[in-house]
Amino acid sequence: MSDPVVEVDPSWAIVGALLLAVLVMIAVALDGMLAARAQGGSAAASLRWPAAETARLLRQRRRSTVAADSLLWRIGGAGMLVAALLKITVVPFGEWTLFDFEAGLVWFNAMDALVWALVWLVGWGGNSVHALVGGYRFLALAVAYELPLMFALIATAIASESLNVGDIVAAQSELWFIVWMPVAFLIYSIGVVAFSVWGPFGSSLGADIAGGVAAELSGVDRLVFFAGRYGVLVAGAAFAVPLFLGGGSGAVLPAWAWSLLKTVVVLAAFVWVRRKVPLIRPEKFMEVGWMLLIPAGMLQDLLIALVMVNR
Amino acid sequence: MTLIGEVFFWVLGATAVLSGAAVFWVNSMARATYALAISFVAVGLQLLLLDQAYLGVITILMMVMEMAVMAVYMIMFMGMNPALMPMSMVHDKRLSLVTALVTFALLAAGILLTPWPSGRPAPTEDVTVALGMALMEPKMLAMIVLSPVMVATIVAGVSLSLHRGRYDRYGDDLERAAADDPQPGGVGR
Repeated sequence: MSDPVVEVDPSWAIVGALLLAVLVMIAVALDGMLAARAQGGSAAASLRWPAAETARLLRQRRRSTVAADSLLWRIGGAGMLVAALLKITVVPFGEWTLFDFEAGLVWFNAMDALVWALVWLVGWGGNSVHALVGGYRFLALAVAYELPLMFALIATAIASESLNVGDIVAAQSELWFIVWMPVAFLIYSIGVVAFSVWGPFGSSLGADIAGGVAAELSGVDRLVFFAGRYGVLVAGAAFAVPLFLGGGSGAVLPAWAWSLLKTVVVLAAFVWVRRKVPLIRPEKFMEVGWMLLIPAGMLQDLLIALVMVNR
Repeated sequence: MTLIGEVFFWVLGATAVLSGAAVFWVNSMARATYALAISFVAVGLQLLLLDQAYLGVITILMMVMEMAVMAVYMIMFMGMNPALMPMSMVHDKRLSLVTALVTFALLAAGILLTPWPSGRPAPTEDVTVALGMALMEPKMLAMIVLSPVMVATIVAGVSLSLHRGRYDRYGDDLERAAADDPQPGGVGR
């Protein structure tokens, strides 16, 4: 069997980062368009909005607070973008990957565990009550989504008998994993939306606590934090493609085009969810996570394990 | 390991030791916790350099999650409640110092006096399996006994410290159909 993905020269990481930036811009613009449609604003203005907001935040003077723990604050704020960049290293783009790592699946999981620390650090660093409340909300949510997410990731590893993302893609040459593990895909999607502090899981950035974790962020700090938060959403959408949607496989178009197309579709769905599902309180989601999603994930894993054993 | 790999390995080792020591230098629970997290991440990266891909990444994953949760508890329970203010990370200094030195001496003596195996060729492939065999094979029974004991300890600890048990929720005879909770859960129980 030939290697399903080829590791490219590390200098291509720059292209990967640019691709991430473009997808972040697409996500921001799409979110703006949906907001404009919901609130009756202008769609053209929402297309300009990502660039305009970037320019505004770059010019804005960086604010600080009394007795802020600046070191931890900056680590948390910049870390989201770093986590997103580290995540996409193991995501194959067509047949190319930056890091053909034997434990790529676990690598992705470890990077989303970093988000636990980073969001809380942003909440802690500003020495502000509302931000800290937001940080605690995120950790409460994290305990509820992370275990189901792990069970969903395990499903793909059982079915492909490998932790390598390239092998997981190769194992889907006949049947995409989304077809016979829809529950795992659903739980994975919930996990991605949750670790991106997005939509129904955005209570740690909630308006009821004055913007929560981001309450005291301004200027370039705010720009980098929110870029990173969109970055992990994009990375999560991109990783769904090799895990569940057959990677770059598809007719007519080249593999990279299929990877990109599928990523944009998944990303658009994640962005769209934001305005369709109401905010979920972390303590309520705890019960959903542990009483529904973990058993559902375990049953999905059991089913796949039985199929694999009896194949 | 290549030369660059070896340099990285030693830099990571120094990072692990220094950030471990920083746990006691800093004056905030948050910084102490995340200094410890950095120490663990450095060790995880060292494992990656030793080709222990899975073990290295899982170390980073588990330790970052653990430290994120630990920070919450440290700030809740340690110090002048809660530890939101700057505070010293050391207490009972003389006893701690003696304990630390004695422990260090014991461990160092153990390292120096252990007859380490030599001459056996290092495994080149499946190093994770080789490490697992070397660590666990002769002690598999102990390892197998250990895990149910740990789970039982966790369950016992949680049920002893539980604020509201099932008798509070479902009544003395567990006769209530729906639980009586001050904060209803998300699945409508």
